[in-house]
Amino acid sequence: MDNNYKPNPENLVEVNDLKMYFPIKTGLLSTTPLKAVDGVSFAIKPGETLGLVGESGCGKTTVGRALIRLYKPTDGDVFFDGKRVDDRSIGALRKDMQMVFQDPYSSLNPRMTVEDIIGEPLDVHKLYSSRADRREKILHLMELVGLNAEHATRYAHEFSGGQRQRIGIARALATNPRFIVCDEAVSALDVSIQAQVINMFEDLQQKLGVAYLFIAHDLLVVHHISKRIAVMYLGKMVETADADELNENPMHPYTTSLLSAVPYPDPIVAKSSKRIILEGDVPSPLRMPSGCPFRTRCKYATEQCAAEMPKLTDRGNGHMVACWNK
Amino acid sequence: MAKEAADVNKMPKKNPLSLQIDLQKFEKATDEEKTQAEVMSESTSFFRDGMRKLRRNPLAVFSIIVLIAIILMITVVPAVVPYSYSDIITVNGKRDKSATNMAPFTYSKMEQKYIDEGGKVFPHIMGTDELGRDYFVRVAYGTRISLLVGVFASVIVLIIGVLYGSIAGYFGGKVDLIMMRIVDIIYSLPDLLMIILLSVVLNEVLKFDGNGILARLGTNMISLFIVFGLLYWVGMARLVRGQILTIKQNEYVLAAKVSGARSSRIIRRHILPNCISVIIISAALQIPSAIFTESFLSFISLGVKAPMPSLGSLASAARSGITTYTYKLVFPAVMIGLITLAFNLLGDGLRDAFDPKLRR
Ligand SMILES: Nc1ncnc2c1ncn2[C@@H]1O[C@H](COP(=O)(O)OP(=O)(O)O)[C@@H](O)[C@H]1O
Ligand code: SF4
Ligand SMILES: [Mg+2]
Repeated sequence: MDNNYKPNPENLVEVNDLKMYFPIKTGLLSTTPLKAVDGVSFAIKPGETLGLVGESGCGKTTVGRALIRLYKPTDGDVFFDGKRVDDRSIGALRKDMQMVFQDPYSSLNPRMTVEDIIGEPLDVHKLYSSRADRREKILHLMELVGLNAEHATRYAHEFSGGQRQRIGIARALATNPRFIVCDEAVSALDVSIQAQVINMFEDLQQKLGVAYLFIAHDLLVVHHISKRIAVMYLGKMVETADADELNENPMHPYTTSLLSAVPYPDPIVAKSSKRIILEGDVPSPLRMPSGCPFRTRCKYATEQCAAEMPKLTDRGNGHMVACWNK
Repeated sequence: MAKEAADVNKMPKKNPLSLQIDLQKFEKATDEEKTQAEVMSESTSFFRDGMRKLRRNPLAVFSIIVLIAIILMITVVPAVVPYSYSDIITVNGKRDKSATNMAPFTYSKMEQKYIDEGGKVFPHIMGTDELGRDYFVRVAYGTRISLLVGVFASVIVLIIGVLYGSIAGYFGGKVDLIMMRIVDIIYSLPDLLMIILLSVVLNEVLKFDGNGILARLGTNMISLFIVFGLLYWVGMARLVRGQILTIKQNEYVLAAKVSGARSSRIIRRHILPNCISVIIISAALQIPSAIFTESFLSFISLGVKAPMPSLGSLASAARSGITTYTYKLVFPAVMIGLITLAFNLLGDGLRDAFDPKLRR
């Protein structure tokens, strides 16, 4: 933690050198730190969206959860609205920071009605004056996310995946937050429903001015909604740029491969495409390669890559890349 | 219209060779589509759904009927039958010394004489015991005591086990580690030996005066309850802890934390409702096991204090004349069998109907 770090007052959320290590038992008494997130920094302005992409297991969820203090970060600074987020301040900030979860099934309590699920944040923060007021607020939220108000007394298991996700979004919106972490909020949905839900996220942003950290493993999904995109690999940030810039001019070898990582059923098209096939598996975060984390799969890797970890450096217009050779 | 077109143009360009979905082909969902006014099936709560399944299970329904019949019997019989469990039968105000060890539905000489003279004598449905007490009333009382012991013991187990297990499971980590090692130690204590030792000690220490239920039950029963409170909750605690560890992983618990809910609210609103069925099932299965323990203790004369009967002490007393008066063993033994069987079948039925792991 850096006590002298001063956040930029323009940023709603600012994360500086966030680290989250999980102790993993390796023997009877010995533990090894699993570096799920290892020095990630980013900032989000009010009403803006930052997309966070990377393969599954690279630490995206952990970033979101440490940021919102579901986990206690091992190190690093998180600021919200200029205030440091720590155990003392988080209670007052809960209202302003919310989360939408990945799994539309396990994120809704099967024993509660939709009304009580959406009403829970209202109950916790005592945000209503009477039962009637509570009900009115809940119905308004349901309407906001496109749910039929008549279904307020139903149980979550009676809804489809997309509708369940809307319930989760209504719950996140209940306290009128300024920032929402959307952790793969559309990944579990059918493609057609994905588009609907993403559109709704955008609509809500325009109406309510809420900022998002939009996590996904699909660059295309993130591109659609984000102003800026950050690419993660093995707990580290490897590239960050404005969404269009990243799409048109990806620099880091990992980002390039992500952008082309789509299977082609047509062999002729596949041959002629400049598809970059990533070889090998993601190394275990317990046995992180020395130097650049991507070097075990990178075709540009040199000796320098093994010796030293490249830092994120600005390549103009805020396009930051962590790579020695690109 | 123009706005919509602009929206479409804002979408990212697709790499022409990519098979990824082209977002430009997507249309904005209309408000109508967004409302998704789907026709939904009749709303069913978890509880109603479970009850429906329970009603369809013949064994469970049978055991519910048996249990209701037994409960009716133990409440109605002592009120209707004009004999008491502790007093020798009196005929017309006089003690009937000859009315011992009678077979079911027979009358003693004194009673026969009284009937011949025009008096009315309530039949001895199960005969009488060796001291001349009506056996039907004693069996009804014994069942009452045994059931009370079973229910009370499992309530003790339920309360302690749920509290302990939910604290260990919810807070996890070091708290869990220490609490579960204590459970392991308690698990390894020999329970019957503890009951015997405790009742010996309590017999010396505790003196109950008067006519309260505790005094009438005797110190043996108190020590049985204490031992249940001290030892038997560990199984429940383990079960609850395991359940909570699993439920804690669900994202709805994280969502409640993000909403700012405190631990007590999370346990109350999210965790307990999702493991309550498993807990209740296991508490229902605890009742016959407590009844069995009580019967066993009474059988080795560590049970309820005479003249209070329990099914176990009745069975124990019946041993002496087992060849001549077999019925005296049959009645309490059948009662014990019926109760334990009914609770076990009901517990299984509840599990089939309500255990979330077995659903769908
Ligand atoms: N609570 C935890 N304890 C131990 N390891 C964890 C925990 N949560 C995540 N991890 C590990 O951290 C890494 C990153 O996980 P995660 O943040 O879920 O990735 P992503 O969301 O990008 O798929 C994974 O290797 C995962 O196994
Ligand atoms: S630093 Fe080296 S290994 Fe890492 S991405 Fe760049 S070229 Fe590849
Ligand atoms: Mg994840």
